[in-house]
Amino acid sequence: MTQALDEIKIGGMGASRKRVEDNRFIRGKGNYTDDIHLPGMLHMEILRSPVAHARITRIDASKAWEIPGVHLVLTGEMMATRNLAWMPTLSYDTQAVLATDKVRFQGQEVACVIADDPYIAKDACEAIEIDYEPLPVVVNPMQAGEPDAPIIRDDKENQAGNVIYDWEVGDAEGTDRAFEQADVVSRLQLHYPRSHPSPIECCGSIADFNRSTSKLTVYMTTQAPHIIRAAVALVAELPEHMIRIISPDIGGGFGNKVPVYPGYVCSILASILLERPVKWIEDKTGNLISTGFARDVYLDGELALRRDGKILGMRMRTLADHGAFFSDAQPSKFKIGLMHSTFGCYDVPVAHLAARGLYTNKAPGGVAYRCSFRVTEAMFFQERMMHAAANDLGMDQAEFRRINLVRDDQFPHRTPLGFLLDSGQYGACLELGLKAVGYEDFLRQKEEARKNGRLLGIGISTMSEPLGAGNSREYDILGIKMFDSAEIRVHMTGKALLRTGARGQGQGHETTWAQIVAHELGIPADDVTVEEGDTDTAPFGMGTYASRSTPVAGAAIAMVCRKVRAKARKLAAHLLEVSEEDIEWELGRFYVRSAPDRGVTIQECAMAAYSNMPDGMEPGLENNAYYDPPNLTWPFACYIVTVEVDPETGVWDVLNMVAVDDCGVRINPMIVEGQIMGGLTEAFAMSSMQFITFDSEGNCIGSNYMDYLIPTSWETPGFELHGEVVTPCPHHPIGAKGVGECAAVGGPAAFVNAVMDALAGTGVRNIDMPLLPDRVWEAITERHDVSGAPPVRSDG
Amino acid sequence: MTIIYEETGAEGGPEIPQQRVTIRVNGRKVIAEVEPRLLLAHLLRHGMGLTGTHTGCDTTNCGACTVLVDGRAVKSCTMFAVQAEGREVTTVEGLATQSELHPLQEGFKEEHGLQCGFCTPGMMMAAKALLDRNPDPTEEDIRWGLSGNLCRCTGYQNIVKSVLWAAEKLRSQSAG
Amino acid sequence: MYPSRFRYEAARSLDQAVRLLRDGGDEAKVLAGGQSLIPMMKLRFASPELLVDINNIPGLDYHHADPDGSIHVGALCRHADLEHSGLLQSRQPTMAAAAPLIADPLVRNRGTLVGSLCHADPQGDWASVVLALGGSIVAHGPDGRRTIPAADFVLGPFENALAHDEIAVEAIIPAPRGAPAGGYLKLERRVGDFATAGVAVAIETDGAMVTRAGIALTGVGGSTIKATAAEAALTGRPLTAETIAEAGRLAAEAAQPKSDHRGSATYKRHIVRTFVVRILGRIEGTQERAA
Repeated sequence: MTQALDEIKIGGMGASRKRVEDNRFIRGKGNYTDDIHLPGMLHMEILRSPVAHARITRIDASKAWEIPGVHLVLTGEMMATRNLAWMPTLSYDTQAVLATDKVRFQGQEVACVIADDPYIAKDACEAIEIDYEPLPVVVNPMQAGEPDAPIIRDDKENQAGNVIYDWEVGDAEGTDRAFEQADVVSRLQLHYPRSHPSPIECCGSIADFNRSTSKLTVYMTTQAPHIIRAAVALVAELPEHMIRIISPDIGGGFGNKVPVYPGYVCSILASILLERPVKWIEDKTGNLISTGFARDVYLDGELALRRDGKILGMRMRTLADHGAFFSDAQPSKFKIGLMHSTFGCYDVPVAHLAARGLYTNKAPGGVAYRCSFRVTEAMFFQERMMHAAANDLGMDQAEFRRINLVRDDQFPHRTPLGFLLDSGQYGACLELGLKAVGYEDFLRQKEEARKNGRLLGIGISTMSEPLGAGNSREYDILGIKMFDSAEIRVHMTGKALLRTGARGQGQGHETTWAQIVAHELGIPADDVTVEEGDTDTAPFGMGTYASRSTPVAGAAIAMVCRKVRAKARKLAAHLLEVSEEDIEWELGRFYVRSAPDRGVTIQECAMAAYSNMPDGMEPGLENNAYYDPPNLTWPFACYIVTVEVDPETGVWDVLNMVAVDDCGVRINPMIVEGQIMGGLTEAFAMSSMQFITFDSEGNCIGSNYMDYLIPTSWETPGFELHGEVVTPCPHHPIGAKGVGECAAVGGPAAFVNAVMDALAGTGVRNIDMPLLPDRVWEAITERHDVSGAPPVRSDG
Repeated sequence: MTIIYEETGAEGGPEIPQQRVTIRVNGRKVIAEVEPRLLLAHLLRHGMGLTGTHTGCDTTNCGACTVLVDGRAVKSCTMFAVQAEGREVTTVEGLATQSELHPLQEGFKEEHGLQCGFCTPGMMMAAKALLDRNPDPTEEDIRWGLSGNLCRCTGYQNIVKSVLWAAEKLRSQSAG
Repeated sequence: MYPSRFRYEAARSLDQAVRLLRDGGDEAKVLAGGQSLIPMMKLRFASPELLVDINNIPGLDYHHADPDGSIHVGALCRHADLEHSGLLQSRQPTMAAAAPLIADPLVRNRGTLVGSLCHADPQGDWASVVLALGGSIVAHGPDGRRTIPAADFVLGPFENALAHDEIAVEAIIPAPRGAPAGGYLKLERRVGDFATAGVAVAIETDGAMVTRAGIALTGVGGSTIKATAAEAALTGRPLTAETIAEAGRLAAEAAQPKSDHRGSATYKRHIVRTFVVRILGRIEGTQERAA
C-alpha cells in the first residue's frame, strides 16, 4: 500500500529543522572573508579624511613609501590616471574612490597603503602628509537647502545648489480636496535619525589577480555577488567572464554589504598592479563612518480625518539627507525607495507624497538597513502619525486602527500611491495582539499607576511591508531587472545540489532552501546541499536584501523543483510502463492511479535519469529557473509594547513586547521566529539608543561601538511571538511572504508610541529617536517636543 | 609544535624586535616569535590559523574575540600576544573533543542561538566562563554575564535559552 | 586596531619594573589590566615607546581587610574579584555597588581598580568611589613608597600624580569609624557605556547622626568632583528628607557638566541630584527599618 512520506520527518515545509550551517559555526569553522589566507597575500589599510569638507592642497606619500614592508601607496591622483578616481553609484550618481579635489565627509577615503601586514600598512598611512584647506560644512538638509549653502558637489557639471532630486507620487489636487472636507487635520513632523546596519563583521575583500590566466578572483563581504561582478566589469573594464566574485560566510549584512565601496575597488587595482593577493579588512570606525548608512529623513505629514475616525486623505513631504554622494541601493525608478508604501494597510482614499533629497557633508549610503528600501521610515511615520491622530481625535488607539485597516473582503486593495496589496487578515492580527498583551487590563493598570505618579504607556504598531522586489516591470537596479534564480542537480542516487542567486548572511538559506526541495520533490532535506555566493557556479541573481530571498529566490527554487519533477514524471511513466497521464504524485513518489501500490520513488527516477532513460530522452535530472514575481509579497504585523517611564530620570523600561506576524506560510518556523526576534531587537535599538549624529563641524558621533550604541543582552527585552494568523501569499508558489525585516520596520513605532503614551497629558507630541533618557526627561520637564536633528548640542 | 609568525617581509630595513612566547593553546604548547605589538587575537587567527576567534570592533566592546586565559574570559583583542607568555589559552576550537561537542555548542544549535555565526564563538566562550563559575544560572544571570558580547542577529533571547540548555545538560552529566 | 611599535618588558619584581620605568623616561607606561590603555593604543590615541608589564609580579592580586578595618586593594586585583568579593559585600557597600557597574563582564575580568585610578578618566567610576571613601594610593618608586590621598592623586583629565618611575601598587580604603553605608549609581545608556553621570556616596553614622560623609561625582566635569559642600551639609546631622534634599541640591551645584550627545548640562546636574537623593534615601530607609 502507498505510504506518503511524513513531510516534517524529511525536513520539509513547516519543520523547525535545526540549521545545517551551525555545524561549522559552533566549531569556529566558519569561513569569513578575514579567515581566508592566500599565499603571498598583502594587506591594505585606508587613510581617511579627518575633516568633513576641505580642499586637498597637498598629498605627500614619500615617507610612507620609505617604510620597510610597504609595497604600494595609492592616492586619488594615481587612481585618476587609470580612470578609477570616481565610480558610479547604484543611484546614477558618482562617488569618489580616493579623493582628488576635495574631501566631502569625515572618513572619506583619501589614500591607501598595501604592505606586508596590516600593522605596517597602518604605520605607513600615518606617515602620509596631507594639507587640507577647510571649507564650510553642511550637516543637515535644511542647511544644504539654504540659498547661500556651500556647493558640495562642485565636481558635477550642471549641479546648482545641493538638491539631488524632487520626486512626487499620488494625487495632489484630490488630496487637497480631501483636506478641505476634513473635520480634523492631524499633523506630525519628525526626524528618523541616521543609523547604520553595523553587522559585527566589517566589510572587506581579498582581490587576487592572476596575470597568467587574466582571471580576477575577489573574495568579499557582499550580499549581491552578481551585481558586484557586473559593477567590476563596468568600472574596472575587465571582461565579465574573467571576474569571479566569491562571497564566503558573511558575519551579518543587514543591507550594509550591498553597495560597492572604495576599499573593494582599491584592493582590486592593487592586486592587478602588484600581481599578488591583496586583503582589505575594514576597521569598525571605517565601517561606521564611511559605508552605507541608513535613514536620515525628515518627515512631515498630515491626515485628513472625519470626526468618527475615518481617514479621508494623507499627504506627506520627505526631506532626505543622502550625504556627499547619492548612492542609495534601491530600485532605480524610485528616488526615495518605497516610501510611498506608507499607509498601505489602511483604507486611505487619496494621498500624495513629495520627496526631496539633498547632499550634505556626511557619508553616502541610504542602504536598505533591514528593510525594503525606505519602508522603515514610511512605516515609522505612518504609525507615529496614527498614534498622534488617534490622540487628536480623542479616540482609543486600537479602535482608530480597527476603523481604518483594510478589511479582509477588500483584497486585492490598490493604494492611492500605486501598490497592490493582495492578501491579509489585518483585523485578526490586531485582535490577537491586543488579547495577548491584555489591552483593556493594561489601560486600567495604567490609570491606577498614574494616580501614584507612575508613568505607564502602551504603544501599537500595525503595518504591511512590501517585500520581495521585483516584479521586473517596476523594479530594476541600474536597468538590471530584479528577478532571481535557482539551479538544481539531482544526482544519480537521489541526492541533490541546489544553487541560487541569493546570498544568505545568517538567514539560514542552507537549511530552508533544502526544505523547499524536500517539499517539492520529497528528497529529504538532509540529502540536499545548498550553495550560494560564487558567481562562477551560482546562477545569476540579484542577491539577498530587502527580504527578497524567500519571495523571489525561494519561489525560483520551488519552480525549478517542479521542472525537475515534470521530467521525473516522464521517467516514472517509463519505469512503470504506463502513460504519463496515468501517474499520480505524492510526496517523494509517483504511482499508478489505478494501482496505488505500484510506484517509484523520486530516487528511483533519479537513478533512471542516468541509467535507464527512455529512448530519445535527454539524460540527467537537473534544471534551472529564473523567477520574476508578479507582485511584491505583503506580510502584516502587529507589534504592541508596554513601558514604564521613570519621570525623574527619563529612563524607560519595557514591560512587555508582543509580536504578531502574518508572513504567510512558514517554511521553518524556528528560523522565522529567529528573524523576528532579531528584527525586534534592532527596533528596540533604534528607538532607545542606536544612532549616528554629527556636530556642527561635521565630526561623526557614533564612529565606534563606544558611541554607536548597540544593545547588549542586558538591555534587550524579552519578546512574546505569535504566528497563529497565516494568510498564504496568493501568487507565491508555496504561499510564503518575506519576514526578515518586518519587526525592524514596524517595531520602532511601537516602542516610541508606548513612551509617548506614557507621556500623554504633557502636551508632548514627539521626541525624535533614539528616546535617550535625557530627551525623555527634557520632554517631561519642559513639556515640549525634542528634536534630534544634528548638529548635536554642545557647550562649545 | 612550532609556529613561525611572519610579521614583516622588510628587506634591508631596520630589524624589528621580535619576542619569543610560549603559550599553551587548547592544550598544546605553542612557541611563536612575535612583535610585542601583535594582539593576541591576531596571533591566534593569523599566526596559528585559529580563525574561530573573530575580531569585530576596535574598542573592546563587541566580544567576538573572547577566549579563556587561565580560565577567565577575556577579549583577546585587548591583550598583547606577549602577555600570554606561560598562560593557558582556550579558543572555540578547544571546546569540543574530537568525538563530542561541548554542551554549549549543542545548546546553540538546539535553541537556534546563532544566525550569522560571527559573534557565536565569543559568546560561547563567555558562556563557558559563566557556567564554570555558576552552573545553575537564572535567565537574568545569563543576560548579565553575557553583556560584554554583542550580537546583531538573534536578539539574545535564543542565546539565553542555549546557555540554559547547556547548563542543564552539564548538570545532568555531572550528576550522572 | 593596529597599535604602533613599542618595546615590551615583563617585569618580575617591583624594583625591576621601577628600574625599567626610570630608564624608559616619559615615554614608558605601566601595563596592568590594559583595558583602557590597549584600546587607546589600538586607535593610536596613545603610542608609548615602552610598556612595562607588571602582570607577572607576584603578590599584587590581593584585596583584604587589615585588622584595623582598612581595606587594601593590590595593583593586580581585577574588577571581577571585587564584584564577587564577600568582603566588600559585607563591609564596604559603596565599593560593592560600584564593582558590577564597571565596563562589562569581560573587561572586569582583566581591568584593575588601581589601573583605573591611574588612568584618571573623568568618567572613571572607581575614582569617585575611592574619593568618596577618602582613600589613598600607595606609590612604589626608586626611593621606596609614599601614600598619596585620592584627593591629590588626580591632577587633571588622564593625568595623575605619579612620577614617571613610580608604580601605583595599592589602593587603601581607611577603616570606618562609624557604621558604613553608601552606594554607587551610574546612568549609562548601555552596559559598557561611560557614565552620563555617576554618584558615589559613602557615609558613616553613629546610629543617629552622620559622622562622616563622602560624595563624589563621575562624568560631570573635567575630572572627578568631590562634592564637599554636600558632604558638609550631612556631617553632624541625621539623615532626614530635608538634609538629603539639601545634600542633593549642593552636589548638583558642585557638578560642572557639559552638554553633549549623552545629555544636556541641566540634565546631568539633575541626575546628580536625583542619584544623591536616591542613595541617601535608601540608606535612611534601611536605618528606619532597623530602628
